[in-house]
Amino acid sequence: MTAVVVVVTRSPGWGAFKAYFLDWSIYRDSFPEILHAFWLNVKLFCVAEAIILPAALFLAVLRSLPGPVFFPIRALAIAYADLFRGIPTILVISILGFGMPALGLSWLPQSEFFWAVVALVLVYTAYVSEVYRSGIESVHPSQEAAARSLGLSRGQSLRFVVLPQAVRRVIPPLLNDFIGLQKDTALVGTLGVVEAFKQAQIDQSATFNGTPYLVAATLFVLITIPLARFTDVLIARDRRRQQAGRLA
Amino acid sequence: MNPGDRLKPVTAVTAVTGGDGVALRVEGLHKAFGKLEVLRGIDLEVGEHEVVCLIGASGSGKSTLLRCINLIEPIQAGRIVVGGAEITEPNVDVNAIRRRIGIVFQSYNLFPHMSVLENVTLAPRKALRQSRGEASRHADELLQRFGLADKRDEFPDRLSGGQQQRVAIVRALAMDPELLLLDEITSALDPELVAEVLDVIRELAAAGMTMVIATHEMGFARDIASRVCFLDQGTILEEGPPARIFSAPLEPRTQQFLQRIVDAGRL
Repeated sequence: MTAVVVVVTRSPGWGAFKAYFLDWSIYRDSFPEILHAFWLNVKLFCVAEAIILPAALFLAVLRSLPGPVFFPIRALAIAYADLFRGIPTILVISILGFGMPALGLSWLPQSEFFWAVVALVLVYTAYVSEVYRSGIESVHPSQEAAARSLGLSRGQSLRFVVLPQAVRRVIPPLLNDFIGLQKDTALVGTLGVVEAFKQAQIDQSATFNGTPYLVAATLFVLITIPLARFTDVLIARDRRRQQAGRLA
Repeated sequence: MNPGDRLKPVTAVTAVTGGDGVALRVEGLHKAFGKLEVLRGIDLEVGEHEVVCLIGASGSGKSTLLRCINLIEPIQAGRIVVGGAEITEPNVDVNAIRRRIGIVFQSYNLFPHMSVLENVTLAPRKALRQSRGEASRHADELLQRFGLADKRDEFPDRLSGGQQQRVAIVRALAMDPELLLLDEITSALDPELVAEVLDVIRELAAAGMTMVIATHEMGFARDIASRVCFLDQGTILEEGPPARIFSAPLEPRTQQFLQRIVDAGRL
């Protein structure tokens, strides 16, 4: 760490770097505007996450339906997950954000915010459904057998026995994906929506100084770090619980 | 007081069955896993209030038979009749049948995310649509009766194996089943915990519960069974009252099996 600091600060371009990225007065001046723009990021990831969590759970349940009858549904769910995990998020945002309004269909929403949310939901639902699915598969089949043997229907066993256990186990990876989503809201700036990153770009071109990017970075870090710590706490609590279970 | 006075299932049984006194009839049951034939023509009749013990080596088909009776495993041929109604018909309501037949597994399979009370009341509330209060009252009665009243709010991982298995039995009893299937319920327990679970079964037998029990506990089977069936390679090779099966088995395979048990010091 010290070595990195020494190498960087002794580098020939350090003076120029410092002037370009670490200008305190510009930091102070651009902070309020970028903070204001950052609320759009917060709105984006809150709205998107609220749709993603139930939608992804629904998709995961569809993928776990057994038997040949449900093959077409499973195949569709798999195709969807493969497609949207494969395309870079920025492409999905661009294609939907520029493409849909360009269709000229008056009944389609025209707002960039709307299409940005749709794009983020499509991409992250694909990821999060995989997380849920791994949780569902981690619940031992004997749990479902026990529930069914008591006369509960398939749906009831899923809802009361399998899913509560599955979801509890995947809360840490779910929070991980939530952090990813928060950061990816910066990609929405490509649509011209003035969110934190876009505002930083505007300030940068006005001042010919890169410090506004640092402001945006600070804001993202401020919101993701507490969530990362919270995830750690949950993981530690889970581990303690399992150990307690083993001792008993 | 006679323990039977407090047991609701007994009265329930006589009410729902046709009154021919037969709780369970299995006819020509065949079950295969792929090419492996596990059950090769099982015929078995169990009368009301009868306790039938299934004995035999591991892999002889005891567990599979119980799982077939509870419709957990699909069967290839044969009929199963419970309380006068055939449950192996194609369009039968599987959930409704399972509500009438309780099963307890070797590995307890309690729901780890629920307290003891929630484990016991889940199925009565969701499958029988009982109110929370009604289900809790019944559950508390049963927990009280089997010495688990102080555990009602504990989670399964805080209980010993014996306590967990007793909760699993109570969970099955909460549905007021007319037939209870017990699948090697003491096999996963430490030896000192076996007795408390077997005592529960003794009490149930005394109260008139109809039971089919797969077990390796020969002493227990001799005590409690009204009839013992020896399973060998997917068929019931020999059956009879425990006194005769254990002291004078007719079939050479039964003799061999029991001899091995005696040699292992377990009878």
